[in-house]
Amino acid sequence: MQRAEEARSLPGVRMKIGLFIPCYIDAFYPNAGIATLELLEKLGQDVEYPMNQTCCGQPMANSGCNKDAAPAEALFVKNFAKYDVIVMPSGSCTHHVRDNFDAIEQTDEVRHVRENTFELVEFLHDVLKVEDFPWAEFPHKVGLHNSCGTLRALRTASMSELGEPFFSKPMDLLNKVKGISFATPKRPDECCGFGGTFSVTEEAVSAKMGTDKVRDHHQAGAEYIVSADTSCMMHQQGCAERAGVPIRFIHIAEILNGARE
Amino acid sequence: MKVKPVNHAKAAEAFIEDTAHMDFHDERLWDLRQKRDGQMHILPEWQELRARASAIKEHTLANLPEYLEQFEANAKKNGIHVHWAADGAEHNRIVGEILEKHGAKSLIKSKSMVTEECCMREYLEPRGVVVTETDLGERIQQLDNQMPSHIVVPAVHKLIPDVAKIFAEHYHTDPNDNSAQSLAWQQRLAARPVILSADAGMTGGNFVVAETGSFVVCTNEGNADLSATVPGLHIATIGIERLVPRMADMGVFIRMLSRSALGSPITQYTTHFRGPQKGSEMHVVLVDNGRSHRLGMEEFWTSLKCIRCGACMNTCPVYRRSGGLSYGAVYSGPIGAIIDPTFNERKYSTLPFASTMNGSCTNVCPVKINIHDQLYKWRRVLAEHHELPFVKREVMYMAGKLMGQPSLYRAAINGTEVALSTMPRFVLYNWLNPWGKHRELPHPVKQTFHGWYKQNRLKTKKKEGEGA
Repeated sequence: MQRAEEARSLPGVRMKIGLFIPCYIDAFYPNAGIATLELLEKLGQDVEYPMNQTCCGQPMANSGCNKDAAPAEALFVKNFAKYDVIVMPSGSCTHHVRDNFDAIEQTDEVRHVRENTFELVEFLHDVLKVEDFPWAEFPHKVGLHNSCGTLRALRTASMSELGEPFFSKPMDLLNKVKGISFATPKRPDECCGFGGTFSVTEEAVSAKMGTDKVRDHHQAGAEYIVSADTSCMMHQQGCAERAGVPIRFIHIAEILNGARE
Repeated sequence: MKVKPVNHAKAAEAFIEDTAHMDFHDERLWDLRQKRDGQMHILPEWQELRARASAIKEHTLANLPEYLEQFEANAKKNGIHVHWAADGAEHNRIVGEILEKHGAKSLIKSKSMVTEECCMREYLEPRGVVVTETDLGERIQQLDNQMPSHIVVPAVHKLIPDVAKIFAEHYHTDPNDNSAQSLAWQQRLAARPVILSADAGMTGGNFVVAETGSFVVCTNEGNADLSATVPGLHIATIGIERLVPRMADMGVFIRMLSRSALGSPITQYTTHFRGPQKGSEMHVVLVDNGRSHRLGMEEFWTSLKCIRCGACMNTCPVYRRSGGLSYGAVYSGPIGAIIDPTFNERKYSTLPFASTMNGSCTNVCPVKINIHDQLYKWRRVLAEHHELPFVKREVMYMAGKLMGQPSLYRAAINGTEVALSTMPRFVLYNWLNPWGKHRELPHPVKQTFHGWYKQNRLKTKKKEGEGA
């Protein structure tokens, strides 16, 4: 984590954080956004949410229509260039900004934004190095869902395909929460099938993957599926409700912020 | 007539509706992926092997003409006839001529994806050559008149009763035979006489070694060895990308191929062909068929590193749930989705979108092809070449505009909230809205994050500001 190391090496400097809330969190899961903000505030951070934000450009770029991502990317930079770091409760948006954000000219401002954008878990784990969430207690068995963006692009957890030693930044953080326990699904890092526009253009495969995913967690004894990515959970929740799989969904920020159910 | 793009989504939907087949398919291939993981864990040097394999392949591809010529010279010294085929048509003509010269009317062959690419059976059969696939899975597919659905296990989408039915029809066996062993035995009984009386045999080739002028064929059933040795005329059809410089390189690839493919340490048969037996003839047809063109594609040339192990297919959650035939192409799954568009951009324009881009394929690939990055790049190329469906293009254009304008965007978000809370169910869940076909929509909320922030943070801050 090159960027994280650099950011951490600024002792005593209080960072000004720009908070990006992805469209589906804004519209459908505001609690995940509120929890992210409150959590960062509890950790003593100076956080601002620029009111004119929209989207990072990912949906257009992932569909191949990279040029159509340009207005969103330009606006994103306009909104966030003034912050030291940009934090967002979304792995796939972070992946887009960091790795694929090239529909616009790569100016110093754009590079600043791209290099200083963090997904919430990696920000808490690598940059703030949070030791403790004294306010958090979650006496439930949860199944952790790592989105493919966090798993294989941001590398916040080990990947089963590589045979590398186990590590999991989200689990490290959740392990600091009182009372929490984990269910172990059979296929822990299989994609849930959301995939952005894939969820609509390949509806049948997408829904089948999502239904298989929630069943796997449920059969492993999970009461909740917890994830750092709301988009995956929006899709999984839709599948679980239709298939009648009794499992609940919660964003990792909500648990770390001390959600009680 | 305009070529129609393959409708992967529709074919996949049909595959999924047949639950018994789909679940078996998913479990069977996931099992191969797990066996592959098991083999990987046994070898601590696995990642080093991947890096080495990738480097050897990249080096070879970067110097392909030299190595091809080296192979040709050495193979000729070994007594092998070497032919060059620019495309499928030329390949078929060459094979046809060799057979004609020998008066060969029956050809037995083991599985070769290149001959599928060239549609060789379709060319030879009207010319009076009876072509018989000798590998079990491939023979099942031939009898059922289907393409292989997987490059290693071609009939993996079929269940035992399907095979029993096909064999009953063609071999007059018991249609209710429910034993895999017994069905395999029936195939053996049917195949052996054909093999023993065949005029010519054909194999593919997994690796071609430049320094020795030899080639290597890896199989599990051993039919390739029968095809190569019994008739006395052996034709090997091999893609030009199968080259490696040295025999020592086999030490890397043989260790990886079967481990990646089936999770077994090595194939049952690994045969090095170095020249014809006494009194027989050996031919190698080196096939280009679009490969040099691909080699010139800056973003996609590394797809030529592929050693056809199928690991990307076994791990792909989309492939496992849609079946190989849904890709409508010789090569299916993730590797197919990045290779097929080089054969026909329009026809296979949908395939790079038949992926969630989860990246598992890239991680299992023994030669480190960045498959999911190439899928992403293909999407861009296809959009630039106007190969996206009209609606998708328009939606993305509109979405792009919307996302650049905060006030318009805000109005749209507020609209979603109202729509979800007030619209009757039949409006939200209908055929126009694919999301809702097998899934519920997200629940409406009272307030967006944006609204909450305005009320709970901006107003407070404003008050604090006023107080100061």
